[in-house]
Amino acid sequence: MTAILELRGIAKSFPGVKALSGIDLTVEAGEIHALLGENGAGKSTLMKILSGIYQPDEGRISVDGRTLRFADYHDAVAAGIGIVFQEFSLIPYLNAVENIFLGRERRRFGLLRRASMRDEAAGLFRRLGVAIDLDAEVRTLSVAQQQFIEIAKALALDARILILDEPTATLTPADAEHLFAIMRVLKRDGVAMIFISHHMEEIFEICDRITVLRDGRFIGVMPVADTDMDRLVQMMVGRRLEQSFPPKPPRSPDARLVLEVEGLQLERGGPINAFHLHEGEILGFAGLVGSGRTETVMAVLGAEPAYAKTVRINGEAVRLSSPAGALARGLGILPENRKTEGLITEFTIRDNISINNLGKYRTLGGFLDFARERTTTAEMMRQVGVKAPGMSTTVVTLSGGNQQKVVLARWLNHHCRILVFDEPTRGIDVGAKAEIYALMRSLTARGYAIVMVSSELPEIVGMSDRVAVFREGRIVRTLEAGDIAPAEIMRHATAGDIDELV
Amino acid sequence: MSSSRTVADSRRGLPPVAAFLRRCARYSAFYPLVGLIVVSVVMAFASDTFLSASNISNILRQVSINALIAVGMTFVILTGGIDLSVGAVMALAGTVAAGLIAGGLDGGLALLACLGLGCLFGLANGAFVAFAGMPPIIVTLATMGIARGLGLIYTGGYPISGLPAWIHWFGEGSVLGLQTPIAIMLLVYALAWVLLERTPFGRYVYAIGGNETATRLSGVRVPRAKLLIYGLSGLTAAIAAVVLTGRLMSGQPNAGQGFELDAIAAVVLGGTSIAGGRGSLIGTLLGALLLGVLNNGLNMVGVNPYVQTVVKGVIILLAIYIGRERRAAG
Repeated sequence: MTAILELRGIAKSFPGVKALSGIDLTVEAGEIHALLGENGAGKSTLMKILSGIYQPDEGRISVDGRTLRFADYHDAVAAGIGIVFQEFSLIPYLNAVENIFLGRERRRFGLLRRASMRDEAAGLFRRLGVAIDLDAEVRTLSVAQQQFIEIAKALALDARILILDEPTATLTPADAEHLFAIMRVLKRDGVAMIFISHHMEEIFEICDRITVLRDGRFIGVMPVADTDMDRLVQMMVGRRLEQSFPPKPPRSPDARLVLEVEGLQLERGGPINAFHLHEGEILGFAGLVGSGRTETVMAVLGAEPAYAKTVRINGEAVRLSSPAGALARGLGILPENRKTEGLITEFTIRDNISINNLGKYRTLGGFLDFARERTTTAEMMRQVGVKAPGMSTTVVTLSGGNQQKVVLARWLNHHCRILVFDEPTRGIDVGAKAEIYALMRSLTARGYAIVMVSSELPEIVGMSDRVAVFREGRIVRTLEAGDIAPAEIMRHATAGDIDELV
Repeated sequence: MSSSRTVADSRRGLPPVAAFLRRCARYSAFYPLVGLIVVSVVMAFASDTFLSASNISNILRQVSINALIAVGMTFVILTGGIDLSVGAVMALAGTVAAGLIAGGLDGGLALLACLGLGCLFGLANGAFVAFAGMPPIIVTLATMGIARGLGLIYTGGYPISGLPAWIHWFGEGSVLGLQTPIAIMLLVYALAWVLLERTPFGRYVYAIGGNETATRLSGVRVPRAKLLIYGLSGLTAAIAAVVLTGRLMSGQPNAGQGFELDAIAAVVLGGTSIAGGRGSLIGTLLGALLLGVLNNGLNMVGVNPYVQTVVKGVIILLAIYIGRERRAAG
């Protein structure tokens, strides 16, 4: 077989973060090549480079032995690369044919050649062996069918290298089998595929070779036949750059329960979860992206509706129906996405810190006491260590670490004693991470209780007093003390169906 | 070494006027102020009566109704919303006030009912937007039709006249040496400014426009704030209705057609971002004045009314093009 795609020494940095360095990847015609790594290992960044969305800082990409540079997505498509994204790129109100030919409609005298396009689309689906109603708007089709349309769309563009980014994440087992059948058809036709999945069984079922990434670096490549699950997990988790974590204080056996969540069901018929949180404790929420961690905390806070839930704070049953209600009960959140959910980026540090405690600066007449607002803001900034020219600096100009501290400061001027940190160090450099970790520990030492949602295993292991592991919306295991180890967490987060069958 | 000093020096050596102007340009009300001055200077040269005291007070009185409606509209647009119902709500509130007074109800109660009705319509808009999550443009388009229709039903399509003379005071009278509409306008602007710039509620208005999700997640009661914001918009429309009724000495069910668009124009000319988060009431007042000066000046110069609307449209486009937010890369 011949290498149809070759990546050598790919490196990519973003401000403050080295996302990838020295990545090699070789894919042959008719090969299904698995790309494996934890959340944040660099898989998505690599695929974005391969599809021309990002440009690499170093390294080269060759297709059929010719070195190419992709200035944008269209260059990659022209080179024969097709991508089936995690979030589909179909237009929901158009049908399959219209979606497949979107932007390159066939026409004659300015009019659409509908029959010709329809015939070709029908031919594509015949080749894939799937039945699609060509007249139905794609939003009315199943997730699997939409995915097949995505694949057909890539093939209609003569893709010879197909990237499938977690295609099975949203499929039922039967649909996944159907997808694999299609992949085998394409394999026979000589299409090369890069398959990203967290489900090990799938990789062993369908793939020929595996490339493992970790922390943005190339770890190894091997044929599926020569490896096993334990070895792969070891390669993914590995021994990594030491991030220093503050020491975990000994757990006090008589710590008060501050938060108890029971019978939490996000939607009718969905999994039911329960968890609790002690004073002075950090409870880690571990799991894959999409395993329901953020949705769970949002539902507890009342930021998203829940089908059913029972919440007790300090032993008292409470109804939380909005973040404002949660705040009144002493619960605050530092959201996952600082720029879109955490901060008003064009506003100043002062505005962002005081936004939810303006009531404290109100004089008798209901007017704002600016002087008091300023002194408190300065005090808050000092407490969390925001580095900025002044409190009138707009937060958009701050580094990720300082932005996170601004969001944190907002909650410290309250009676809030329960904080949710959702991905607290995403996009933050190593030094600032250490500062955030130290802040979290100083808070727990003062009696705060913290729920930390994180996709970074070292962070979960290094910071959590207990870890709730999520898989497909369910808390499958709560780990304590010595059981909190990377391999153990990964096993519960991924190796789904295996121990349920046992 | 020496070259870097030259750069620094030349930067510091920026003419003081230019440096001053650059600092001013950071305020969203800067461009409408410049626009107002430019247009006024042009008009002053084109017509010798333009700058007379009586004409200036005339302009102020003419803009007062649009400027009053634009107060509520500023709050709404600052949150990234829009309120199309204000013109129709003003007409309805005006006819109801006129009807109640003509029917013999106590004047004070009638005016209170008028303001309450405007407020109620605004709150209804706010409830649909804030609690049902419906898009403001659709909600207020619908309530615009409802308010207009109710006004026509209430009056049977005819103006309500025969009002007592005291109501005239609101349109043409004077207080403390100021014409009443101007005094009401200034008072409402002063109160609204305090509300927007000096209270927590005002800060939430900006914050919701800046990033609604972040504001909600930080524990601000965003739906309640939105409800009040639309209620305020209905209220200022009703205040405008009182002035209008005083000026016309009647309740006109067909009054105020297109006033919502004038108010939006004033707000946007005043430098408030249509996407929300940035803007000021002072800018809105300047924007309303700019529109008023254009109307008045073009009339005085004797421009054909058909041409006037074209000129106004072109000037709005031009002004917003010049003052638009430049999103430079980096």
